[in-house]
Amino acid sequence: MDQLDSVVQLLDSNGSFANHSQYISTLSDSELFDFYRDMVLVRALDEQATALQRQGELGLWAPLLGQEAAQIGSARAMRKQDFAFSTYREHGVAWCRGVDPVDMLSFWRGTKHQGWDANQYRFYGYQIIIGAHALHATGYAMGAYLSRNTETGDAGKDQAVMAYFGDGAMSEGDVNEAFVFAASYQAPVVFYCQNNQWAISEPTRRQSRVPLAYRAAGFGIPGIRVDGNDVIACYEVTKQALDRARSGGGPTLIEAITYRMGAHTTSDDPTKYQVFSDVELWRDRDPIERLKVYLRAKGVLNNELESEISDEAAALTERMRKGCRELPDPNPLSMFNHVYSESDLNIDEQRREVETILSRSQNN
Amino acid sequence: MPQLSIVHALNQGMHRAMEADSKVLLMGEDIGKLGGVFRVTEGLQQSFGDERVIDSPLAESGIVGTAIGLALYGFRPVVEIQFDGFVFPAFDQIVVQLARMRFRSAGALSLPITIRIPYGGGIGSVEHHSESPESYFAATPGLRVVTCSDSHDAYWMIQQSIASDDPVIFLEPKRRYWQKSEVNTNAKLNEISSLHEARVLSEGTDCTIIGYGPTIATCLQAARLAAEDGVSLEVIDLRSLSPLDMPVLIKSANKTGRVVIVHEASRSGGVGAEIATRLSQECFYKLEAPVMRVTGYDVPYPPSRIEDDYLPDAERILDAVEKCMGY
Repeated sequence: MDQLDSVVQLLDSNGSFANHSQYISTLSDSELFDFYRDMVLVRALDEQATALQRQGELGLWAPLLGQEAAQIGSARAMRKQDFAFSTYREHGVAWCRGVDPVDMLSFWRGTKHQGWDANQYRFYGYQIIIGAHALHATGYAMGAYLSRNTETGDAGKDQAVMAYFGDGAMSEGDVNEAFVFAASYQAPVVFYCQNNQWAISEPTRRQSRVPLAYRAAGFGIPGIRVDGNDVIACYEVTKQALDRARSGGGPTLIEAITYRMGAHTTSDDPTKYQVFSDVELWRDRDPIERLKVYLRAKGVLNNELESEISDEAAALTERMRKGCRELPDPNPLSMFNHVYSESDLNIDEQRREVETILSRSQNN
Repeated sequence: MPQLSIVHALNQGMHRAMEADSKVLLMGEDIGKLGGVFRVTEGLQQSFGDERVIDSPLAESGIVGTAIGLALYGFRPVVEIQFDGFVFPAFDQIVVQLARMRFRSAGALSLPITIRIPYGGGIGSVEHHSESPESYFAATPGLRVVTCSDSHDAYWMIQQSIASDDPVIFLEPKRRYWQKSEVNTNAKLNEISSLHEARVLSEGTDCTIIGYGPTIATCLQAARLAAEDGVSLEVIDLRSLSPLDMPVLIKSANKTGRVVIVHEASRSGGVGAEIATRLSQECFYKLEAPVMRVTGYDVPYPPSRIEDDYLPDAERILDAVEKCMGY
């Protein structure tokens, strides 16, 4: 299957823009500039985190390199009241939801299992178990519907839910069950599959004989393929699907076709399985470069603005380096907190055991 | 005798099992071209082809469920679950389907499947990569549950597991994967002692320490430290969590009169609880002290920056020994 047949695209890899018959972009110049800024900063964030892992400051990191447009475009299509459920690679979505990059690092440094309050940002924590959260997203969307927070026509109230996962997750039972539930209850959820072509070392063809979005039809869900490296297309397709969901139109499966330009995680060595020419092909389809060409031609971007963004990126990465090293190690006793909603005799007894050990090592 | 890491010993053990029986095939995520995320299956696809070393779709229930079908057809599947924390989507297939097939078919159907699972913490990784799920499986009738602590056992126990006509949960101590030790590769499979035999690793007279998998190195360290203080510890590598080799444990408990059980998994309902109960029944009059446990706590596995406070270490083992000695 050639990846780019019958795919929604508004901005091609050369930076030429043309509206799509079903997707007319109304994005303003300043919104497009903001998307560009987001993508540059998120790439800088990602590169910095990878470097921090190499320096031993993080245990692991899952790079998003190459997927900036797929994440920024879709996440910027969300409204404040919407809620996103993601995997461990959606740093760009976390960024758009307002999560502090240093809080993102806490998970990978091993100081916290969840670096932020999911309800505050309306962004779930990083999910490691492949596809498990697709069901959570569907249930959350059912909750929005049952609570009559959809279909009211109030733009500031009607909710939709985003479920982010990858091509590998399309094989998991949980994801397929999520499709069944979402279709059955017409839940206001948008399944957003970033097909980055690789589940660690396995190409997408190991998971599916047909383009992933085609699967949706069998569940009674519309399936749409979008150029995942075109931030404008990702925004418009997601926005339409979210609006349809919040107004009672039911779920959508979006397949954002992109490429994992980095390793699966910093523990992975993609040279063992990736083909160099594929990587080069996708380098020419870079999501940031094409928007840069377009915005420069439009006069929205110039050297001065570029250098302002670079300065901002430098400040961000500086703050990440400092913030990462300053992340406090948890108190060992904190492992006994929040196991249950109320105190528990058994847990309390074990906490006292550790207290004894700690006080002894302090005295020595 | 060659010095091998546990990773290489497992790799060579599987290689030998695949040479010995053409029905043995491997299946799992990223095990083919990549050779597994821990490189345990590295090179096996080159040696045996992609019909015997199969990269599976990303679906753990699918991996175990289809292994059941392959076994019904006469194959002997060895499947890899990439990390301990990823086994649970396959839980139904393992405990409800796989474990019961022989029983429900009154012996007519046999499922000789080995499920390899890297397990345990201490590697500084993120959530769901450091779990010790062995109690769920040890509590399931019909499953054999084993774990190795050195390369010799890795090499032979994986072959014994593959040769077993019952399903085997084969737990690999990932923290010790690259630890090297001697392997006697010249022996023959039928000469190797039973897969379910507990082994006395160092003899002692004051207190018995029972561990398995990743905690064995810690138990041996505790024994060395105790010896410096004139306390003699007998270290037993359990090797098999189900069935338990009670005669070896009872003999040692009767000799020393004191027992400390060590595991990374949470304390309540852990393998240690079963052993302690049985020893208190069998050795009641010989025990000088209650059976003690040094384990992970009854909390979800914590963030890695404090995992050292969660994992049993030599100091905690020696504390428990001291308590036993005080009775």
